[in-house]
Amino acid sequence: MAGSREIRNKIKSVKNTQKITRAMEMVAASKMRKAQERMKKARPYGEKIRNVAAHMSKANTEYRHSFLITRDTVKRIGIIVVTSDKGLCGGLNTNVLRKTINQMKAWQAEGEQIEVCCIGNKGLGFMSRIGASVVSQVTGLGDTPDIGKLIGAVKVILDGYSQDRFDRVYLFYNCFVNTMKQEPVMEQLLPLTDERMKSSKEGNDKSKLPWDYIYEPEAKSVIDDVMVRYVEAIIYQAVAENMASEQSARMVAMKAASDNAGNVIDELTLIYNKSRQAAITKELSEIVGGAAAV
Amino acid sequence: MGTVFHLDIVSAEESIYSGPVEFLVAPAQMGEVGIYPFHAPMLTKIKSGMVRVKAQLKEEEVIYVSGGMLEVQPDVVTILADTAVRSHDLDEAKAIEAKRAAEDAMKNRQSELDYAKAQAELIEAMAQLAAIEKLRKRGKH
Repeated sequence: MAGSREIRNKIKSVKNTQKITRAMEMVAASKMRKAQERMKKARPYGEKIRNVAAHMSKANTEYRHSFLITRDTVKRIGIIVVTSDKGLCGGLNTNVLRKTINQMKAWQAEGEQIEVCCIGNKGLGFMSRIGASVVSQVTGLGDTPDIGKLIGAVKVILDGYSQDRFDRVYLFYNCFVNTMKQEPVMEQLLPLTDERMKSSKEGNDKSKLPWDYIYEPEAKSVIDDVMVRYVEAIIYQAVAENMASEQSARMVAMKAASDNAGNVIDELTLIYNKSRQAAITKELSEIVGGAAAV
Repeated sequence: MGTVFHLDIVSAEESIYSGPVEFLVAPAQMGEVGIYPFHAPMLTKIKSGMVRVKAQLKEEEVIYVSGGMLEVQPDVVTILADTAVRSHDLDEAKAIEAKRAAEDAMKNRQSELDYAKAQAELIEAMAQLAAIEKLRKRGKH
């Protein structure tokens, strides 16, 4: 019976692990629902501000915001990487960081300089480990995306773009497809692409005459504000999606871990029973052998 | 359209109000503005304050917004409310904070890397010791 106690201890420890993973799975499941709701709630704002920005870019010709102007030479690139703060969520962060790294390698090969803005602890740790130059960061976002927390880190990148420190800005995050599937995506944030500036109700507007807004107090400051808010809304949406992705990825990962723990327990129980039976058989045969000898 | 127009008040976090209203008063940057149906298209910043909304056959409603944009289109009015208190100086301070945090992380990186290296070396040394111990025991046998 030498091994049987060790096996029993092992089973106990695996059972404890399983309890933890199962609890985490349930926590993630409830958080996921909330995160998805938040993601959906953010959509109307994004949609509205996009319409305003789209209309403005077409209507106002006297002032063009720098976010809309495409530069011919691309020397320096700013990237914003959205990751989760915590691990234990499967390959979520690894996937988005791998995509980022591959892209960064390609850019570096073309001789472009890259500066990074990290949203989320995992990305920050990774980026500083590989020695990328991190210009701004924000971590500890918690479970609710808070635009107030994002403003600072994003402003560093946006200012960099306005001041010609960057010629392009890209955004990396996990796009929430459904509970089982999250896809790492790369999007061009600045200059704003034509696709982004398309109004969602383009078809309806065609019949009407073009019109422009009355800007108050003046066109420039209002347009600046709208553009910055639009870009922030895109980033906010990305962070909200990433959070929903994180919770669903965690739920799936923890479910897999619980299942695996169950398998391990089954196997260990089998081994334990076998060894117990072997010990009993051995003892019995010893008794029988001893009785025969007497 | 006619005696009412459609109003949407949205923030990045949620949709606050949506429906037909008779008129509304918003705290624009240049002073309060009242909007009735058929107002000229307008885009303006609003300060933090109360937005008063009057829907048909209903009491006047007061909604607090912490700043944002007011957009008047021919057939629809939208208020894009900020969820955070914004000002140029405040944003600047936040940007500097984010920058500083990144710089700190970059500075600490050296020590962090050394720490990891030290740990790796320690593990290696311990493995070597264990191997030597094993070899010795075998030698004695």
